[in-house]
Amino acid sequence: MWREEAPPALDAVHEILGSHERDPGELLQVLIKVQHCYHYVPDGAVALIAEHLRVTRAHVRGVTGFYSFLSDHYLGEYVVYCSDNITDRMQGSTGLATYLCNRLNVKLGDTRADGRVSVHYTSCTGLCDQGPAALVNGLAVTRLTRLRMDLIAELINKRAPLGTWPSELFLVEDNFRRSDVMFRRSFEPGAALQAAMRRGGDDTLRDIQHEEAVDPSSGHAWRRGADETLKELYRSDLRGRGGAGFKAAIKWETCRDISAPERYVVCNADEGEPGTFKDRVLLTTYTDMVFEGMTVCGYVVGATRGILYIRQEYWYLKSHLEEVIARRRDANLLGRNILGTGFAFDIDIHWGAGAYIAGMETALIESIEGRRAKPRKRWPLPVVAGLNRRPTVVNNVETFAAAAMIALKGGAWFAGHGTAHSAGTKLFCVSGDCERPGIYEYPFGVSVREVLRDCGGLDAQAVQVSGPSGVTITRIEFDRNLAFEDLSTVGTFMIFGPQRDLFDVVCNFTHFFRHESCGLCTPCRVGTSLLANLVDKVAAGKGSPMDIAEVERISQLLKTTAHCGLGQTAPNHLIDSLLKFRAEWDKRMVTTDFVPAFDLDAALHEARQLTGRDDALAHL
Amino acid sequence: MSPDPRKTFRLDGREIPFREGQSVFDAAMAAGVYIPHLCHNPDFEPHSSCRLCTVIVNGRPFASCTQPAVAGQDVKSDTPELNEMRRSLTEMLLVEGNHYCPACEKSGSCRLQATAYALGLQDTHFPQFFPHRDVDASHPDIILDRDRCILCGLCVRISRTVDRKNVFAMTGRGIATTIVVDSPSGLLADSRVSRDDESVKHCPVGALMMKGEAFKIPIGERPYDKALISEDSVAQFQAREAAAHG
Repeated sequence: MWREEAPPALDAVHEILGSHERDPGELLQVLIKVQHCYHYVPDGAVALIAEHLRVTRAHVRGVTGFYSFLSDHYLGEYVVYCSDNITDRMQGSTGLATYLCNRLNVKLGDTRADGRVSVHYTSCTGLCDQGPAALVNGLAVTRLTRLRMDLIAELINKRAPLGTWPSELFLVEDNFRRSDVMFRRSFEPGAALQAAMRRGGDDTLRDIQHEEAVDPSSGHAWRRGADETLKELYRSDLRGRGGAGFKAAIKWETCRDISAPERYVVCNADEGEPGTFKDRVLLTTYTDMVFEGMTVCGYVVGATRGILYIRQEYWYLKSHLEEVIARRRDANLLGRNILGTGFAFDIDIHWGAGAYIAGMETALIESIEGRRAKPRKRWPLPVVAGLNRRPTVVNNVETFAAAAMIALKGGAWFAGHGTAHSAGTKLFCVSGDCERPGIYEYPFGVSVREVLRDCGGLDAQAVQVSGPSGVTITRIEFDRNLAFEDLSTVGTFMIFGPQRDLFDVVCNFTHFFRHESCGLCTPCRVGTSLLANLVDKVAAGKGSPMDIAEVERISQLLKTTAHCGLGQTAPNHLIDSLLKFRAEWDKRMVTTDFVPAFDLDAALHEARQLTGRDDALAHL
Repeated sequence: MSPDPRKTFRLDGREIPFREGQSVFDAAMAAGVYIPHLCHNPDFEPHSSCRLCTVIVNGRPFASCTQPAVAGQDVKSDTPELNEMRRSLTEMLLVEGNHYCPACEKSGSCRLQATAYALGLQDTHFPQFFPHRDVDASHPDIILDRDRCILCGLCVRISRTVDRKNVFAMTGRGIATTIVVDSPSGLLADSRVSRDDESVKHCPVGALMMKGEAFKIPIGERPYDKALISEDSVAQFQAREAAAHG
């Protein structure tokens, strides 16, 4: 490991702290800036940050130690994170990462002796349709090839500033392949908010505009507009797009009806489920629709503050998002006097720092509050006591986009699409073995086969629906429907062609969960490691039926006893693979009984090191 | 306030009275029914992380320490399936750290060891992880042996809410989670911890121990040498209930 010769100057830390309130909730955002500036969190910074934000050093170290993109040791002038999703692997990512390491003469995970660079793996970066992908000093690079790796190595070796790198390296495309009723036309900023407010009466908006000092919460027409919009949301039967499918109207109404001095609207853009990238596209091209959905929510529930919590993999969107917020403020679509009505609502951006668990609603709230993204106790629900223990609506990016369209076009319009229990349309993130990966919008109820036909992936042997935590679909199930009634999904659709070894998929997913378990509860913390070790044992050709029985037993334990959805769904892919692709396991069994994982000679390694012996007699 | 006799739920076929706001766990223990647990100490806020106290409420699993009791609900706890899962969770805790009972000063007073016996563990079943974890013996009175830590978070919670010192926190993630100490060096010696702190007295295992007290209580006369942890826990809980609620 590269070691700093002298502690760095801490002027930049002072400067960063100067731009933040002395509020413990600022900790994660401060640490992200310090990490970007120093490429680690220097020991000297820990004390300064702790003092300024009135938290302990242990807390600062604890938060630093939790998130993948924060580090307590220097990572290098250039830090490269190669995306390690199975779709990146299928596009050759492992070979490319090794190739880059060789070109840079650096060992994976280590900082080069001159402190110039380090290369790491990271969980899915949400660029599966244009991979293999990586992050260089936080910015996404796409469509990696050996040629591109040569170029990146050259630029790093000659110390070229990131701003001078060829822009085509950083090109991220929407790949919006099919649009339906939601995303067929562009969205006019302000249209949904005006429609929502006009529901209070034909000239509500004009009336309210004339009453300069009106208290929005007491205005009659004002409240009627919000109530009517909530009714439209009920009529729409909109269910959450983040995967769980909870009815949005019930959530909004509960939040509205709880007496509290303040309430919040949180947009979940953590999008950590491997193979998912719809929120990235929405926040790139339908940004106004998403922010407007949040604002409509603020209007309906009576919140004045909205927070977009977004994963750091999408850092390259930072200036775009800030520009849209600034433009909306200028247009009176955010701020103290929205559309001249006196309605106040504003949106802040909070960045994640590499943690899949932060996509879990209560963990996300902990993260916004500047702590380790640890899921909270089951009760109370966030809608009752969420951010700062106030009523909080947490919805997915796509849910807010849908809410904006419902406010604009009405609930009946929305409910007219989709199926009986899955109203509206859904975005699908198609990746893997197909001709046209990208984003596809379909009414709910579309069959797996239809999606495969449209994207050119009909020869698939399997599709992973809803990511590693979702369900593995085999050929005989391709006529099943994507809807809450059948295959409930966040929209992830990873395709595996006939040439793929599905056991590689299993290994990748199992390792993903080990990496992302937060460590709070025993079954998930230890169980995901035990499962990864068992799968590795089978992959290494040491599998026995006892290992399969063990995988099944631990899987059941996680499903029943894990604290949150991460642990409860972590074994889904294993259970599915044993049920549907048992042959992939059976062909790796070396005996019909038991093979120990324990290697007696390898176990003597430490003793050999301690005694300084490596002669023949020191081996078995 | 005594439990309202009209409000009960059914636990393994037995009617259990409860007070409004009481958890399934607290009501069960007050009624003399032991539910295995490690991260929960009824004197402090529950944490629901060890998951040993998982019960089935109306057909769905919940951690009983954070699940509110509701009149009429059907709870299953002492079933072969749940006890098998509790054994597995205990085995997981044992292989995750480095636990050598015969050489451990905590033996006989250790809740992990006693719970393992209560659940009928014969061995640790899973392959050992043999992690490399730091031992902090820098403090004159207190030793922090992370090898024996089961990450129950009691020291973190108690130091925050009772001692108001925030001496302990967690760092790392997943299987690499460890306890971190609040001090410039990260060592106990220059932290604000003292031997009178509540946070260092409630460690269920031998991760936080006092120096100079080894074998003051001889083996054979330690709490769980004399009573099963199930009986001991219930008796302590009921004494506490009696003191608090008459």
